[in-house]
Amino acid sequence: MTTFRFEVLVSLKPGLSDPAGKAVEASLPALGWSNVANVRVGKHVALDVDAPDEAAARAQVDEMAARLLSNPVIEDVRILEVAER
Amino acid sequence: MSDRAPRIGVVTFPGSLDDRDARRAAATMGGDPIALWHADPDLRGAEAVILPGGFSYGDYLRAGAIAARAPIMAEVVAFAERGGPVLGICNGFQILCEAGLLPGALIRNRSLRFICREVSLRVETAQTAVTAGLTPGETVRIPMKHGEGQWVATADQLARVEGEGLVAFRYSSPDGIVDEAHNPNGATNNIAGVRNAAGNVVGLMPHPEHAVDPDVGPTGGQALFASLLQAALAGAAA
Repeated sequence: MTTFRFEVLVSLKPGLSDPAGKAVEASLPALGWSNVANVRVGKHVALDVDAPDEAAARAQVDEMAARLLSNPVIEDVRILEVAER
Repeated sequence: MSDRAPRIGVVTFPGSLDDRDARRAAATMGGDPIALWHADPDLRGAEAVILPGGFSYGDYLRAGAIAARAPIMAEVVAFAERGGPVLGICNGFQILCEAGLLPGALIRNRSLRFICREVSLRVETAQTAVTAGLTPGETVRIPMKHGEGQWVATADQLARVEGEGLVAFRYSSPDGIVDEAHNPNGATNNIAGVRNAAGNVVGLMPHPEHAVDPDVGPTGGQALFASLLQAALAGAAA
């Protein structure tokens, strides 16, 4: 078994209103940045998986991402990085 | 009417808040409330199940996401698939959506604000466990109190929900006008609650369990609980 490190990025689907993103965007001009648009706030999930190989680990992460880490109705999910520990 | 009090199971998850009010409302309306715990292996003979409001598991990950995978939920899903009446209120509605028992999802209110006030709901169908005693088009007045109650769905889900009459309640004016002025949280098509195809599973964001006692506010929740109790008895008889 090898331990693989994954990072999973979960974001609201484009087109869905993202109130948290809007709140951040509305606050940026107060700090002097008035040239920023389309701010979206998502989630970052980091995890280690023990698996025989990277393909098996990735297949498991794909399934976990679809069944728990994200809600496919409202969110997109992307697996960002994988590294052997 | 039956002289027997139907057993109404109310599931308490860590972080549930309105479980006690739900049990009290069930008792006020003539039911026999059964306290269930998220780790329970069975429903202790409940003839209807309520998933109450609150912040189960701190709303970690997404509202209702962890609770939807709690041990008791396998029993709730099986009960629902057998046709048992299941009502999700607020966080309970979020849990039912996360569990795949109801279509759509709940995201943060359009205003970004937690909203706590009375609302009017227009009943859209009598084909649910909580609206069988109501008439489509009539309104009920009950409180809402949530930060993440904006119902959204994929285009396919929305087409199915509207096309098959799965909308149970819409936010409206007291006389039943559904428009943007009476949409408190930005919910798609003013949808406040939905049902499954069979109608035995229904969820809504506002709180009928807080609206059964005339001493403390509106009583719009009475009719919903009365219907749920009847559905529980009917299910047991079937």
